[in-house]
Amino acid sequence: MLSDTDRIFTNIYGMHDRTLRGALARGHWDNTKSILVKGRDWIVEQMKASGLRGRGGAGFPTGLKWSFMPKESDGRPSYLVVNADESEPGTCKDREIMRHDPHTLIEGCLIASFAMGANCCYIYIRGEYIREKEVLQLAIDEAYEAGFVGKNACSSDWDFDIFLHHGAGAYICGEETALLESLEGKKGMPRMKPPFPAGSGLYGCPTTVNNVESIAVVPTILRRGPDWFSGFGRPNNFGTKLFAISGHVNNPCVVEEAMSISFEELIEKHCGGIRGGWKNLKAVIPGGSSVPCVRGEDMKDAIMDFDYLRNDLGSGLGTAAVIVMDNSVDIIKAIWRLSKFYKHESCGQCTPCREGTGWMMRVMERLVAGDADKEEIDMLFDVTKQVEGHTICALGDAAAWPIQGLIRNFREEIEERIINRKMINGNKALAAE
Amino acid sequence: MLRRLHDKQPTSFSFTSENKAWAEAQIKKYPVGREASAIIPLLWRAQEQEGWLTRPAIEHVADLLGMAYMRALEVATFYFMFHLKPVGKVAHVQVCGTLSCMLCGAEDLITVCKEKISPNPHQLSGDGKFSWEEVECLGACSNAPMAQIGKDYFEDLSEETLRQIIDNLCTEKPPTPGPQNGRFASEPKQGLTSLMKYESGRTKFNGSVQMAFDLKDTIKRIDGTETELLTPWLNGGMEKNMQSVMRKPKILKSPKKSVPDDLSSLSGLGEKAKIILNSLGIFYIAQLSQWGSKEINWVHSHSSGSLSLNKLKNFVEQAKNIQN
Repeated sequence: MLSDTDRIFTNIYGMHDRTLRGALARGHWDNTKSILVKGRDWIVEQMKASGLRGRGGAGFPTGLKWSFMPKESDGRPSYLVVNADESEPGTCKDREIMRHDPHTLIEGCLIASFAMGANCCYIYIRGEYIREKEVLQLAIDEAYEAGFVGKNACSSDWDFDIFLHHGAGAYICGEETALLESLEGKKGMPRMKPPFPAGSGLYGCPTTVNNVESIAVVPTILRRGPDWFSGFGRPNNFGTKLFAISGHVNNPCVVEEAMSISFEELIEKHCGGIRGGWKNLKAVIPGGSSVPCVRGEDMKDAIMDFDYLRNDLGSGLGTAAVIVMDNSVDIIKAIWRLSKFYKHESCGQCTPCREGTGWMMRVMERLVAGDADKEEIDMLFDVTKQVEGHTICALGDAAAWPIQGLIRNFREEIEERIINRKMINGNKALAAE
Repeated sequence: MLRRLHDKQPTSFSFTSENKAWAEAQIKKYPVGREASAIIPLLWRAQEQEGWLTRPAIEHVADLLGMAYMRALEVATFYFMFHLKPVGKVAHVQVCGTLSCMLCGAEDLITVCKEKISPNPHQLSGDGKFSWEEVECLGACSNAPMAQIGKDYFEDLSEETLRQIIDNLCTEKPPTPGPQNGRFASEPKQGLTSLMKYESGRTKFNGSVQMAFDLKDTIKRIDGTETELLTPWLNGGMEKNMQSVMRKPKILKSPKKSVPDDLSSLSGLGEKAKIILNSLGIFYIAQLSQWGSKEINWVHSHSSGSLSLNKLKNFVEQAKNIQN
């Protein structure tokens, strides 16, 4: 188990002093200038060496992403935009950072902005996080007051402004280009890529969009060195990570752990085990609603990192939002609920997604009742394949994967329900005669 | 999803003076010419002031930001947090119904809402005090099931606690938000499994609950007097960023010839705009014809925003045509 001294978020439950004074006592903002004076290239190299992969779901190497930003401005300003639009069902980790350890994020914003030559940073927080927005703004005000951000931030000769912006309840705005559209005051509809944000993002200027957790871990990585960070987890999956466990465990919680921890250890150490014991485990969605579900028996020995979950289980780590389902769950209904979510959140821009999410939800609705033919399972699978990869952004993929996971892992359950329903209907018809 | 404006609309809307000051400060967070960025925060504040988002409010905000009404309407109808029709006078209960909450009993919470408030979502209760809806994931999954009431999250709910909360909302002492089962925040219910060493005297409430406790505005309409307006961003690095998007055009102290051009000969350029341009030192159509987008941004910002970018672009185009 990760020891407390190796945890980055030492006030993630917010039980202790959440103000700047508390943050200073925990070692944040400690001589930030000394990091900045080492220069842009040094910071980016250190981040690359640490092996940090983006914590927002896709797992793109953070240092590499920063290196795409132009070294010399062509007259346009550069921007850092922090994606705090945490809306992926199951995910509730960024909220804890923003309301309880906000100075990790603010300090990270300064360092990351400096490393990409940006004088401005926007944090786009989801609209429903009203208190979190207020708490984070208080922390930003504190940082301004102390001279850590603003003109000549941390006496480094670097002028840096940090703005908190909020959305208004659209899941799609977690997609980076939709987020930029929304931040420009438009409907949150994703843009075609290329051009990528690093070439033309916010207001047509070079922009990098990073997840809250990716940015908030930066100061600690730079202080303790990339070797420390890469001491956790398997190669290509280094570091520590906030896991958010919800559903049928005895003690759902958010907890920081080392990457590549086994699923069993994570659940036993922190969550008090599966409700009703391991035999009662039916299925797990290991990385937020967008990744396919995994059968319980495959999950027990699973290693919680990007590569294992993708290569060995055909799922993904995503945002490390673990949704646990025990045997009381109607798994078909659970996946139908996710289909309903995606139907509700599709922005309507691309036809395969706009029409497909509704179509898939309606078929799922019938599968829940068993009111379908066996052939329709293959037809549904086929339709998910027609949506996947045929849309501008990944929402179409995200809507398709849970259903594919369901059909791959629980096909016999769907078929059984269809047969049962047919039998009941047949009996009814007989009785009617 | 189809979202329309309500059929009964009030005749007018205006921000309270405090909210107006707040709104003006928010607009300054964005570069000149990019005021439209502030639309979501401003519409949201309008909704917090009125309870729901009315058509006059949308149009008022559009005017403030120099946006076409249609663009503002697009935003208002796209985002689900904007209530386009009246909600309960006391509170609108938003129960999260997505997977984690559903697994932990959100359907029972919805039954409570149907019983206690109204049979259908978005329908006002008999006394008009409450309304409810099922919303998608609110991002508090480790504290499922939960509901948002007003500005606050009520977490780790049960049927019983939700009933009590709804009852208590009408009383003098509104309920305390946050986890309702004795948890502090998102730690394991049975006690800490990490970070025990960082014990330094626990605070009473977690970050969000403390805020709610301090402000006591869970279900209050916001008029802007609740908190002091702080705008630390007004004298920071934005300036440096601005130099790359704005350039001062060539201006004159007074007209060179005795008779300046009649700028109002450009279509759409009225008497008011002419006075503003003259006051900035712009008297000739030839001057306008020299401008690029950076100069347009400068003039726009120096007209206090009263000359919109689109208008200015149009004038410059006309001026260029005349010069050619």
